[in-house]
Amino acid sequence: MRNFKQLALGTAVAAGVGLSGILTSAVQAQDANYVPLLTYRTGPYAGSGIPIANGMHDYLAMLNARDGGIGGVKIEIEECETGYNAQKGVECYEATKGKGAVVYNPYSTGITLQLIPKAGVDKVPVLSMGYGLSAAAVGNTFPWIFNVPDTYWDGASVVIKYIGEQEGGLENLKGKKIGYIFLDAGYGREPIPLLEQLAEKYGFELLKYPVPGAEMQNQSSQWLNVRRDRPDYMVMWGWGAMNPTAVKEAVKIRFPMDKFIGVWWSAGDDDAAAGGEGAKGYKALNFSGVGSDFPALDDIKKHVIDAGQSSTDAESVGSTLYNRGVLNSVIIAEGIRTAQELTGKKVITGEDMRMGLEALNLDEARLKELGLSGFAHPMKVTCEDHAGSHPVFVQEWDGKKWRQASDWIEPMTDIVRPLLEAAAAEYAEKNAPWPARTEPCPN
Amino acid sequence: MFYREAGQFKTSYKADQALLPILQDRIGLAVILLTAFVLIPVFANDFFLTSIMIPFLVFALAAIGLNVLTGFCGQLSLGTGAFMGVGAYAAYKLTSIFPDANVILMVLLSGVFSAAIGAVFGLPSLRIKGLYLAVTTLAAQFFLEWCFIRIPWLYNYNASGAIEIPRREVFGVIVSGAEATPIARYFVVLSITAGIAYLMANVLRGRIGRSWMMIRDMDIAAELMGIRPLQTKLMAFAVSSFICGVAGAMMVFFWLNAAEPSSYSIRLSFQILFMVILGGLGSLAGSFLGAAFIWILPVILKFVPGLMGIDMAAETVEHATFMIVGALIIFFLIVEPHGFARLWQIGKQKLRVWPFPY
Repeated sequence: MRNFKQLALGTAVAAGVGLSGILTSAVQAQDANYVPLLTYRTGPYAGSGIPIANGMHDYLAMLNARDGGIGGVKIEIEECETGYNAQKGVECYEATKGKGAVVYNPYSTGITLQLIPKAGVDKVPVLSMGYGLSAAAVGNTFPWIFNVPDTYWDGASVVIKYIGEQEGGLENLKGKKIGYIFLDAGYGREPIPLLEQLAEKYGFELLKYPVPGAEMQNQSSQWLNVRRDRPDYMVMWGWGAMNPTAVKEAVKIRFPMDKFIGVWWSAGDDDAAAGGEGAKGYKALNFSGVGSDFPALDDIKKHVIDAGQSSTDAESVGSTLYNRGVLNSVIIAEGIRTAQELTGKKVITGEDMRMGLEALNLDEARLKELGLSGFAHPMKVTCEDHAGSHPVFVQEWDGKKWRQASDWIEPMTDIVRPLLEAAAAEYAEKNAPWPARTEPCPN
Repeated sequence: MFYREAGQFKTSYKADQALLPILQDRIGLAVILLTAFVLIPVFANDFFLTSIMIPFLVFALAAIGLNVLTGFCGQLSLGTGAFMGVGAYAAYKLTSIFPDANVILMVLLSGVFSAAIGAVFGLPSLRIKGLYLAVTTLAAQFFLEWCFIRIPWLYNYNASGAIEIPRREVFGVIVSGAEATPIARYFVVLSITAGIAYLMANVLRGRIGRSWMMIRDMDIAAELMGIRPLQTKLMAFAVSSFICGVAGAMMVFFWLNAAEPSSYSIRLSFQILFMVILGGLGSLAGSFLGAAFIWILPVILKFVPGLMGIDMAAETVEHATFMIVGALIIFFLIVEPHGFARLWQIGKQKLRVWPFPY
């Protein structure tokens, strides 16, 4: 009991200290570019969140250790734990934006949706790399949001295109049944409008299997329905504990794994490994390099992991989600560098960062210079197109690791782009009065 | 010594039955109101307002709502989160149908919808008591959550399934949407919460509140004395749901700006229930104390290691906060099962006899 009392007293003192800190914390004079990372290493989505958080942190830490930051200015990295919870995400945002944040990476579609209206008001861009609101690709409506290299709609169109290739042409999709199993949240519902459009166009039947977030570790009823409906292909938009569960269940009902395709967020090593030997052949989209055979990743090992400045274990370097985190930080770093070049300033603001991201041009030569040749498809952002609809590839699980199973596949831009424009216009109308773009175009 | 009411004579019934008959209480409340309405807006930064004060007031109001039902009327409910959700979705639909109407009015009006739905789900309370009633309210929680996900009309057919709050002005001041300043939103939330708390303080000590407490303490005796159980219980459900609905609408309009159905999940119901239990069943002040403990303490604790110069990883802080708050909940429930409100009463008693304890 006495220990309890001490604990209570200690907490009271601690709370007092914390409160005084919050009330007095002013904006410090800074000589670094402050990059808050909204990560989640706790909760049901930690399985996916940890490798990404490690990847994001390690690349920036490596730049600090190897080059002394970017353009001679250190990057101040601070992680804030969101637990994939939108309320906590907003709390992290409010807690860090006053310190001069240059960019936000929410790593949650739910948090991204909350930040989209705030970004323009607080003048801090949001980089939702391959997630978030698809319509945000329309830069003239959403000047502060960047979802390079691809939107979910691009991804969904690639999946259908790939299935078409397997069937010997998109016209052969007629009469086929394609199942769509998804996390029943903003994230999983995002691609449905496009999939429905494509189903109408190519004449396949779209079967939807929503998995509620609270029950993502118990998908037996959904897979029972899959067994009954016998779809020709299964497409998955899963995250966190949903992925390994779905792979396991698919193995259990003996669904042909080579006809089961996940989005790039269902491409984790642990996700596929959960299915054991039976998961061989499981496919997933990807846009960040497979494996750890890149000079930049060697630098991370040398400067960060071996120096004990990271919570990453050496084996997980090169896993899909770790590499995804690295790619995210590459885009941040290149955005900062571009912004420094454009403005001539060393320490940049959110507004400078927005210009830097909008002028981002990560071509093959630059990737090679970074030691990441072949790590990602060259990508370019324009003022009109903040996603760029870059090609993605399909990777296949061989029972132990991922290997690339297709070439880079271009999304169906001709179908996706008009839909994105329409969705952006609709968003602006629903949220009227949505501010018109006044930010100049740096290109 | 500090809290002695000796010498404070009442010369009229009105003075004797005032909300706060003791001078010290009146001074205390004046200080709290002064802090809330003047000092905090003047000195607090945006983070303090948006991440601490606004959620705290929203949760305090929701806790008052649940306290009316569980603390005063004795009907255990696990559907608070869903009733808050009804308020949020109702207010959202109302503002999209009447875009020019006063948004504060819409938020208050949304409570009517959740009151109606709360009363419907309160019907079984006439036959079912205690834990069994908790199960039926749990059914309300799941059913309503299902509605929020499956009825696209509720979220205006938005592809992401979330409700996003548009910009709205009241008397020329932007109060909702991303451009609303934290100060404006804080004042709206504070005024609504303070207003409803004042109203409830008076309802609870009047005829209606007393009939709720009679039902809580012994429903058969209450019935014999002429209290009609059906009407009384349903009224408790309706009033409770009304307050919860307003809190839920405020949660999305003035705090989060956008909400997914998962924001109103069973987790929220439990969070509010814990606030009520920890704060003190059957106490308005307890609702505020419980909300402060459950919401503010973890947020503040997160900042402690950084300020003391200890470099801790974000997830370690999160885990530590979890454990400390958990241990404290156990501690307080062992020390004082009746919650913070009771602790405060004991404290008052001690102040009254200080420095001569007996």
